[in-house]
Amino acid sequence: MPKPEFIYVTYIETTPEKLWHALTDGNFTERYWFGARLRSDWTVGSSFEMVRSDGTVSDAGKVVECDPPRRLAYTFVNQSDKYRNEFPALATFVLEPYGKLVKLTLTHQGFAEGSKFFQGISKGWPAILSSLKSILETGQPLDIPYAALKLDS
Amino acid sequence: MNIDHFKPATVYTIYIAATPEKVWQALTMSEFSRKYFFGNAVEIDLKVGGAYIVRTPDGALHISGEVIECDPPRKLTITFNVNWPELIEKLGPTLVSYEIEPAGDAVRLTMTESHDRPLSDDILSGGRQGWPAILSSLKSLLETGEPLVIKMQPPQRMLAALKEMGIKTP
Repeated sequence: MPKPEFIYVTYIETTPEKLWHALTDGNFTERYWFGARLRSDWTVGSSFEMVRSDGTVSDAGKVVECDPPRRLAYTFVNQSDKYRNEFPALATFVLEPYGKLVKLTLTHQGFAEGSKFFQGISKGWPAILSSLKSILETGQPLDIPYAALKLDS
Repeated sequence: MNIDHFKPATVYTIYIAATPEKVWQALTMSEFSRKYFFGNAVEIDLKVGGAYIVRTPDGALHISGEVIECDPPRKLTITFNVNWPELIEKLGPTLVSYEIEPAGDAVRLTMTESHDRPLSDDILSGGRQGWPAILSSLKSLLETGEPLVIKMQPPQRMLAALKEMGIKTP
């Protein structure tokens, strides 16, 4: 069995600098990322956290790569009991200018076989990155109810 | 056609601020598809067994297939065979399924490309390069009124793999 790996590519009408800001500014991520504020000083080795609106941390890991506005990589795993046996997998974002667009490639890898967290991120990323594309192109994020992700099915 | 033995090889999910009906129209009407599908026109006879055809901008037959499932505006399954000599004989038919589901005020569109035999990542790389571009542009078209301008390079990795199998490509 190959190790689980999630790859997602999308094309966004924006600049690499605006996309970089959208991926790293907590005030901005809160608007399109199911309310999550990303918190980090974006230095390699520093902590990386996803913070809920009530201030609690949902996911945590470390910054692995930070080369604005080209490459960003961090590890994280959800902090709930459901995933207590899982270790942080590596999410790498590559931003490439593509004519008047930016090609964004996310690769999320390093999961154990049968990882439940992998099932969760596979459903979460398309929604988050679709909402990211919408907010950059139209000014409005998508309003996707968390329940619509069907994380438990 | 029995599709039970087809297995998913590539899945792409995208959420769009639109109604299921609008997404269905964009997938099935040539005036939409020309804008987001590299200028290609989709022609479809919307009933099970009906013809599914994709023409290049100059009118040439590019993809031909048949409607397998048709449940507007929820599910459309078609065979999706690129019209290159010997391709279908050597690789078998390609099945493409679009599933449209409401997700709050948005719509989740899931494209699944399936095959009836194992194919190499080299062969599958063509679709994996194309689908994100096509469906990103479809989303932009429905949300902003304008498709994306994506000048895609030919899928060299797939073309090289096809050539190695003796399949002639344009």
